[in-house]
Amino acid sequence: MTDHAAPALKVQHPLTEMAAMFFQNRSAVAGLALLISILLFTFVGPYLYPTDPFEMVWTPLSFPGEEGFLLGTDYLGRDILAAMMAGGQVSMAIGLAAAVISVVIGVSVGAFAGYYGGVVEEALMRFTEFFQVLPTLLFSMVIVALFGASLLTVTLAIGVVSWTAVARVTRSEFLRIRELEYVSAARSGSARDGYLIFRVILPNALPPIIVQANLMVGSAILFEAALSFLGLSDPNIMSWGQVIGSNRPYILDAGFAVAIPGFAIFLTVLAISLIGDGLNDALNPKLRQR
Amino acid sequence: MERAPLLSVTDVVVDFKTRHGNARVLDQVSLAVESGEILGIVGESGCGKSMTALSIMGLVPDPPGKVTSGSIKLGDRELVGMDQEGLRRIRGKDIGMIFQEPMTSLNPVFTVGEQIAESLRQHENASPKAAMAKAVDMLRAVEIPEAEARAKAYPHQLSGGMRQRVMIAMALACGPKVLIADEPTTALDATVQAQIFDLLQDLQQETGTAIVLITHDMGAIAELADRVVVMYAGRVVESGSVRDVLSRPRHPYTKGLIACVPHLEEEPGPVRKELLEIPGVVPALTDLGAGCAFAPRCGEVMPKCRQQKPVLTEAGDTQCVACWAVHEPAAAS
Amino acid sequence: MSFWNTIAKRVGYGLLLLVAVLVLNFILISIAPGDIADTIAGDMGGADAEVMEEIRVRYGLDQPFYVQLWRYMSRVAVLDLGYSYFFNTPVTTLILEKLPATLLLVFSAQILAVIVGTFLGVVAAKKPNGIVSLTVTFLSLFGFAAPVFWTGILLIILFVSIFPLFPVAGMIDVTVEGGFFVRALDVLHHLILPMVTLASIFLALYSRLARASMLEVLGADYVRTARAKGLPQRTVLYKHALRNALGPVVTVAGLQFSAVISGAVVVETVFSWPGLGTLALQSILARDTPTIMGILFFSSLVVVVFNILTDATLRLIDPRIKTG
Repeated sequence: MTDHAAPALKVQHPLTEMAAMFFQNRSAVAGLALLISILLFTFVGPYLYPTDPFEMVWTPLSFPGEEGFLLGTDYLGRDILAAMMAGGQVSMAIGLAAAVISVVIGVSVGAFAGYYGGVVEEALMRFTEFFQVLPTLLFSMVIVALFGASLLTVTLAIGVVSWTAVARVTRSEFLRIRELEYVSAARSGSARDGYLIFRVILPNALPPIIVQANLMVGSAILFEAALSFLGLSDPNIMSWGQVIGSNRPYILDAGFAVAIPGFAIFLTVLAISLIGDGLNDALNPKLRQR
Repeated sequence: MERAPLLSVTDVVVDFKTRHGNARVLDQVSLAVESGEILGIVGESGCGKSMTALSIMGLVPDPPGKVTSGSIKLGDRELVGMDQEGLRRIRGKDIGMIFQEPMTSLNPVFTVGEQIAESLRQHENASPKAAMAKAVDMLRAVEIPEAEARAKAYPHQLSGGMRQRVMIAMALACGPKVLIADEPTTALDATVQAQIFDLLQDLQQETGTAIVLITHDMGAIAELADRVVVMYAGRVVESGSVRDVLSRPRHPYTKGLIACVPHLEEEPGPVRKELLEIPGVVPALTDLGAGCAFAPRCGEVMPKCRQQKPVLTEAGDTQCVACWAVHEPAAAS
Repeated sequence: MSFWNTIAKRVGYGLLLLVAVLVLNFILISIAPGDIADTIAGDMGGADAEVMEEIRVRYGLDQPFYVQLWRYMSRVAVLDLGYSYFFNTPVTTLILEKLPATLLLVFSAQILAVIVGTFLGVVAAKKPNGIVSLTVTFLSLFGFAAPVFWTGILLIILFVSIFPLFPVAGMIDVTVEGGFFVRALDVLHHLILPMVTLASIFLALYSRLARASMLEVLGADYVRTARAKGLPQRTVLYKHALRNALGPVVTVAGLQFSAVISGAVVVETVFSWPGLGTLALQSILARDTPTIMGILFFSSLVVVVFNILTDATLRLIDPRIKTG
């Protein structure tokens, strides 16, 4: 072993190294740039373009560009550009919150299953399989239908049905890391389970979970859009899916009112998945080296 | 040696493009196979013996590899530069090949009978029924018990030795003129190794098929082969009849290989031990210098060895050797 | 373990999953605000406490939880999923009427996605840096990011205004007359756009998977053996390599059935396809709880059945798989 020579080498902090790898990936950087522009558009845009998205400002369904309305108006004559900004905030907030919920559930289920093994693992994985059999969208439609369409129920309904992939990833990481030497050593000592799960194993299991969580935000945004499109969202809250759902009856006269918010969702999810691929490449080689 | 050999490889050069530059995997390799003989090719892993086989088969992975120059002739047909369709008709029909790993070289999702019959349907236009009947005959020929039942088995249901027998049956199904056996027993147990070698020898005597036996095992060469070609770092360093090369090796590398086999002289039976180490490692093929590739490991190295590559030159009745110490011993002083 | 034993085990396990779905259904109904009495009272235009109590007794709502659950399960066991007050039909009849349309859509979209996706993956794997490979990469990004209803609506706009080749709504044209064949052709004509829309999400996933799987298989020793046998390139690719590369694609496709049904709900709504998805939306908007719950149960049943079929298919493709 030549470890003594280590000080001579320039050792980078692992995070710096990962960031360097991420920024070498051209499509990941493009995704990041795209996401930042979308965030600026939705969160800073309203200050530069202060129009009420609920106010009728012009003839309904007028074509983009007419009378200075850059993206046209919807079926109630509301400014679509303003709706895009306001709706983006809601779509992304719901996406993020639902992803957090599903990651919390998924990591808990996966961590306990992977750490304890045996009967606990068997039961938790059967539970996970059960949720995989239920068609997720139908299940969340049922939840929203039974408990009413509000921001909270929609977010919960998405989070509660989308955690299975996170649980699987977490479990397999725990199964792998559990067997590593430093964990076995800590286990045979007097470390408590909670300490081992959350302070020892989880930090090392994070890379693939982060990648999965990032993708969860994208699919939660899509999920919210699908629910809104079906008319299962709070009609008093503007989201991208809501714009699409409410204008759907008019697609043949004014396709743009549907195509524009759809494109916004597409770009956002595209940006997120490009970032996801970049994260995957940056985080996973580390994993294999360990 | 007057008539044209069955298979002749002349000055073949194969290059691989790698990230570290061009690697000359085969450098001016020449050898000839007479009908009905067993030619051994011996050397450490990475010396180019498998690549020689693949270039004969026209299976050099391209990209990144390429036969840059040279000639490979089967009878009077030139194989280098032949179109894929022509090569395809020769592969499996005129030249059969068996590989090192019987575990992974058979397709796991087809029965072994089907995998043998497939060649027959392809090359001999046999009807499915006739092809399967012949496949069962081939399984019998390679001494697989209950051949009819075994033909319906999947590879994972057979042992390693059985699978290698299936590979041999497959390679011989269309009665090839040449059989190339690339380390056919390396992955097998010692007792099974001996059985497979015996089988190859028997089949060779029955059918008259010429065999190119690629191995790192000098013991196997001693027992089976008529002539031997020793390769190092993509070049042929010595060739000749097995008797001459083993009793009077001229190249220091050949001497090293033979010395690594314990008691070869005293006990010519099936003693097949792994090679003992010759000091040093096979050099990376991307940074071969101007001199002899073996020079860094050679005990008889001279200044000239590091400057100029030795050429394969006759040194005895059957022997050829590429070594300055043999050709110009005067340069040593 | 033999093929049939394993399948029998899978069927038993599937039944357990379905029982779990029923329990979940029942719990959801119980904890949701309002009960059947409220619904019926609502339909009657209001009722006093006495009548409400009468209704609760009649529907067994006064019984303890486990008694209600047991009664519910025994009814479902004989496929009695209750009565839809909104459609005025037994729920089972309602669902069985709509199920074939959904099965047709889901199954044809899956088959299309698997076949085209695998083919694209194979072609892409032949040239890992070629144009098809690039298309597959692009498709997989598009397939993940594009909302399915958006794809459907774009197709509608395209095929209504620009190329009026395919009908964009419904499953049959009532003006079409003729024998079975003519009408089947009409259904197929209507099926094209919804099927393509639904397949587009999964096509991306399968082609990416097939490409990766083929690239791995093409490096395998047995593919080299097949080449050394002198087999033509297409036999090597489509027989020896593909048969081995198909396993991962079929496995993942099997796991996707519940996602395909979710997608079908949206696609049916976009194209007014008269299936379970359309029915689900109608019954949700009408607060028709028995129908909603029946649909959730039936769609889980469909997923379980498809999972078993996938398992059987995998065993036929790869003789090495012995036990589940």
